[in-house]
Amino acid sequence: MRKTYVLAALIAGVAWLERNALADGWNMPVGVTEVSRHVHGLHMTIFWICVVIGAVVFGVMFYSLFRYRRSKGAQAANFHEHTTVEIFWTAVPLLILVAMAIPATATLRDMYDASEADLDVMVTGHQWRWHYDYVGEDVNYFSNLATPREQIDGTQAKDANYLLEVDQPLVLPVDRKVRLLMTSSDVIHSWWVPDLAVKKDAIPGFVNEAWTRIDEPGIYRGQCAELCGKDHGFMPVVVHAMPQEEFDAWLAERKEEAAAAASGVDRNWTLPELMERGEQVYGTICASCHQAEGQGLPPTFPALVGNQALLDDLERHIDTVVNGVAGTPMPAFSGTLNAVDIAAVITYERNAWGNETGDIIQPSTIQAQLSP
Amino acid sequence: MAPKHPPKARLEHSENVAGGAAADVHEAHHPSGPLRWLLTTNHKEIGTLYLVFSLTMFLIGGVMALVVRLELFQPGLQLVRPEFFNQMTTMHGLIMVFGAVMPGFVGLANWMVPLQIGAPDMALPRLNNFSFWLLPVAFLLLLSTLLMPGGGPNFGWTFYAPLSTTYSPPSTTFFILSLHMAGISSILGAINIIATILNLRAPGMRLMDMTLFVWTWLITAFLLIAVMPVLAGVITMMLLDINFGTSFFNAAGGGDPVLFQHLFWFFGHPEVYIMILPAFGIISVIVPTFARKPLFGYASMVYATASIAILSFLVWAHHMFSVGLPLIAELFFMYTTMLIAVPTGVKVFNWITTLFRGSITFETPMLFALAFIVLFTIGGFSGLMLAIAPADFQYHDTYFVVAHFHYVLVPGAVFSIMAAVYYWLPKWTGHYPDERIGRWHFWLSVIGVNLLFFPMHFAGLAGMPRRIPDYALQFADFNMASSIGGFLFGLSQLLFVWVVIKCIRGGVPAPAKAWDGATDLEWSVPSPAPLHTFETPPDLRRVAS
Repeated sequence: MRKTYVLAALIAGVAWLERNALADGWNMPVGVTEVSRHVHGLHMTIFWICVVIGAVVFGVMFYSLFRYRRSKGAQAANFHEHTTVEIFWTAVPLLILVAMAIPATATLRDMYDASEADLDVMVTGHQWRWHYDYVGEDVNYFSNLATPREQIDGTQAKDANYLLEVDQPLVLPVDRKVRLLMTSSDVIHSWWVPDLAVKKDAIPGFVNEAWTRIDEPGIYRGQCAELCGKDHGFMPVVVHAMPQEEFDAWLAERKEEAAAAASGVDRNWTLPELMERGEQVYGTICASCHQAEGQGLPPTFPALVGNQALLDDLERHIDTVVNGVAGTPMPAFSGTLNAVDIAAVITYERNAWGNETGDIIQPSTIQAQLSP
Repeated sequence: MAPKHPPKARLEHSENVAGGAAADVHEAHHPSGPLRWLLTTNHKEIGTLYLVFSLTMFLIGGVMALVVRLELFQPGLQLVRPEFFNQMTTMHGLIMVFGAVMPGFVGLANWMVPLQIGAPDMALPRLNNFSFWLLPVAFLLLLSTLLMPGGGPNFGWTFYAPLSTTYSPPSTTFFILSLHMAGISSILGAINIIATILNLRAPGMRLMDMTLFVWTWLITAFLLIAVMPVLAGVITMMLLDINFGTSFFNAAGGGDPVLFQHLFWFFGHPEVYIMILPAFGIISVIVPTFARKPLFGYASMVYATASIAILSFLVWAHHMFSVGLPLIAELFFMYTTMLIAVPTGVKVFNWITTLFRGSITFETPMLFALAFIVLFTIGGFSGLMLAIAPADFQYHDTYFVVAHFHYVLVPGAVFSIMAAVYYWLPKWTGHYPDERIGRWHFWLSVIGVNLLFFPMHFAGLAGMPRRIPDYALQFADFNMASSIGGFLFGLSQLLFVWVVIKCIRGGVPAPAKAWDGATDLEWSVPSPAPLHTFETPPDLRRVAS
């Protein structure tokens, strides 16, 4: 009779675990790629192996604790070794591990085969945003956190995708093998989207490879997984997967926009035009370190307000933004911002928050420095 | 596999040679005055200093963890800014690893290794004093960085370059210096323990007669000597990168940020076993006492400990599966890591077989030891899952990892230290710890620790990265549960402090052999143990025949 109860409780427990362990939001997502499904399968296999071993081991343990209580008059036996048993419980786990290692090896080999990709995207980690560059397509852009500051500080209700929203997602075609080339311009970041089962570190000085082939159109969200400084929690990854035709149309549109931006280099820009554009660039790119009002976060991130070393020396200011400052967190923006954006943001920094130099920096001046 | 002569047999003999009587001569010039604790070379007093230091650091590091849990109670930034949040997670990790767990085990070794091998003191008493007093200096320096411009270390306890070099706050140089001091302390302590165990064992005590606690500490001490210099090397390279313009880890100068991780984890993985092997020893001593039955598989326990120690040098890159290692390296480290499950499993099976057909009672030390077995094993299971490299890509740097290592370190290492304190307090103070408060402490800790760490498995699997001060809404429930558990666990530790103080002040007097199932040598000296014991070593030579 008691055995029936125990069995029923066990079945109920496993059923509960099965339902909840597979429930959305409690477990690793199955994901939308063949690799992610294999990874999920490995995860569930090793999980159930652990559950079974745990049930046996803890079963024997609690049986012993219950059965051999001194308060129930248990007399201690005196045995302290048994070679056969000891060999048995060394060998059996070894066999289980070998059985587990075989499918794990196969999946890993598959994950490492990034050859014959249909599309290459260079993914560069920056403090604290991602930069995507479609290799050979002249399309590249930053992807910044789009959750408003007010939601983080609690003065505004939080959206459903709080902290997982960006201004421009990474757009990828479905059913194509996409190779992701990861690197970083500053510290180590890690690009992770759970639904793709891709997590790879973006390391300065290295180019790492990963690949994915997404089965279903949709929006897939992830985050930077490697501690990368104060805003590590605020650099999400969003992937928008769409059918090939839609992707081609999107790419063509982006190319046109890039061409239009390039044509703006040659004309003369007015101060209000540059200030407007500069404020926007400053807000998305510079403010996370130098702060919204240019006050900085000394000693690591210097103030820009009243920074005479820069305000008195335009050449140095331009050099700092274009080439970065070696040995400090200040990155070079020559590869990631275009001449218009750089000219605008320098103009803005020299004329905002009481910095009244009146300097107007034209994009053509910057362009000359970018392509000497 | 098994020894011809189980260590059990020696107790009856050791009781005849109780060292306490011979020690009375020294009671006359018991050191006193304010400099007593500063200048002491006595292993028991230094052991006490280590334990008090460890408890202090445990409480300070705990308060930092509570700051973290308070910020994570709800989504959004409420209490602290991200800059300070990162300092709290970093300092919490550094203080718990280097300030609480390691000195806790060293304190237990100081007290108990000489008593368990029949030695009058540690082999190098003045070095012992120096090893201890380096620690308060090191940690005062480390804590003072929080007040420096730019704040304290904010790059995680693993301090990956270049975040910890080019991008670090100016106080990093002080952090390096304090870690150097803590490292020297550990190396000197380890040398002392090896010298003591290899040279000062009572006549007739063979290596295979030693308690598992002494065995695991001997192996741990070798691990310390092997890897602390590697840590010293890597932080010196950081020091040079920061202050002298070298580029060991700076890619722009031709350096290699991944080299940092290889060096760090070549130290770091043995380091995590440094924090668990002595725990295995403690559990292997406590379980037989309260099961009133000899430890099952003594020899296989020793071999398993040695195997784990050797394997610990061959698995470091499983912390680095996502850095882009070549496939062959990835496979090698996956296989070696899975292999660790075998000797670890042997240990768990041995403990459970020791319980089987015993005569079991459930005093507080036993409760903590049993909780250790269950909860450490859960941490072991998640460790096995993490070993599967393809799945690790999904687990790595998420709360699943945070859950894993806290399961092996808190209800693992920390519970073992608490079990040891409850177990040996009668020997140290001459009084039994209050059983009623002890049980309250135990049950609140067990409930708190599981409420704190179990939901982290789900948060991690669902996609929450570690070391973030704010999180997406789907992780809110898990985090709220964890924070409540954190405060329950944290506040219950005040009961522990209470039990210890109460026990020092008085309580039910304990006889020399405080636990009726205890068999080791320390139970042959009076309780409380006099300042000097085993001045004339107990003669165990008759036992061997």
